[in-house]
Amino acid sequence: MESKKYLEDISQIKDLMNRSSRFISLSGLSGILAGTYAIVGALVAYLYLIPQQESYVTLHSWNFRMIMGILVAVAILSLVTAYLLTSKKAKKNNEKVWDETTKRLLINFLIPLATGGIYILIKLNSQHYGLTASLMLIFYGLALVNASKYTIGKVRYLGYLQIVLGLICAAMPGYGFWFWVLGFGLLHIIYGSLIYFKEEKA
Amino acid sequence: MGLIDNINKLFDHRIRLGIMSILMVNEEVDFNRLKELLDVTDGNLASHTKTLEKAEYIKIEKSFIGKKPNTRYKATPGGKMAFKKHIEALEQLIKKQ
Repeated sequence: MESKKYLEDISQIKDLMNRSSRFISLSGLSGILAGTYAIVGALVAYLYLIPQQESYVTLHSWNFRMIMGILVAVAILSLVTAYLLTSKKAKKNNEKVWDETTKRLLINFLIPLATGGIYILIKLNSQHYGLTASLMLIFYGLALVNASKYTIGKVRYLGYLQIVLGLICAAMPGYGFWFWVLGFGLLHIIYGSLIYFKEEKA
Repeated sequence: MGLIDNINKLFDHRIRLGIMSILMVNEEVDFNRLKELLDVTDGNLASHTKTLEKAEYIKIEKSFIGKKPNTRYKATPGGKMAFKKHIEALEQLIKKQ
């Protein structure tokens, strides 16, 4: 008799843990893919679009628009991938994608991110290009830390690393591109793989 | 009888068990979110969180967002330990029977 009650307790614990923080479990594969998109995008930009020394990218040039296009494409692809992988997983487990957890996660993620994005655009408009990569890393890191309240603790550390990287980047002008690749490419892939293999084991 | 001793009386209740389960995997959860997940009334939830706070298993932080009071809950390290022990005890008991 008692045993049945304990079993019920255990399944209630599992159910609540999943329902209240389901989002974390998707992020392994989507992290790896997001990192890959970023590196591919950076590679394309590096090979074809970044001007050689002595010339500059200006706000209304063809190069600049293409680079912005690549950035937007990388961001959208990453978000779509994360969304598709989540809904696939949710369907498998018979869960809704849009519950309160995902809504809160998204809102908390987007507030610092949108702030940063708008700030960077304002800076670009007044010809301040230098800190773009650093600002992207810092605001993205803050977005992750902020969103991590609604997941299990791990995303927070990715956020910390991005912030630190962004700050170092700010102190080392001229290497923005490489810091960007390191943060958005490499860190995502490493983080994604760690989570992915942990999931596989579980 | 040794096994039964490890069952924590405080967690032997559906709502308190639920509160701890949620706080184990979320750093911080506010009152409305807990209410929604557990599907309980305000008074019910408040009394159970108070019990857990008295045992120092959770921390309650009150603040204001504008004029609205906002209460957030966090599990303490001690609370997490106690809850893990409780889960282990449950598992042991199920295996035994």
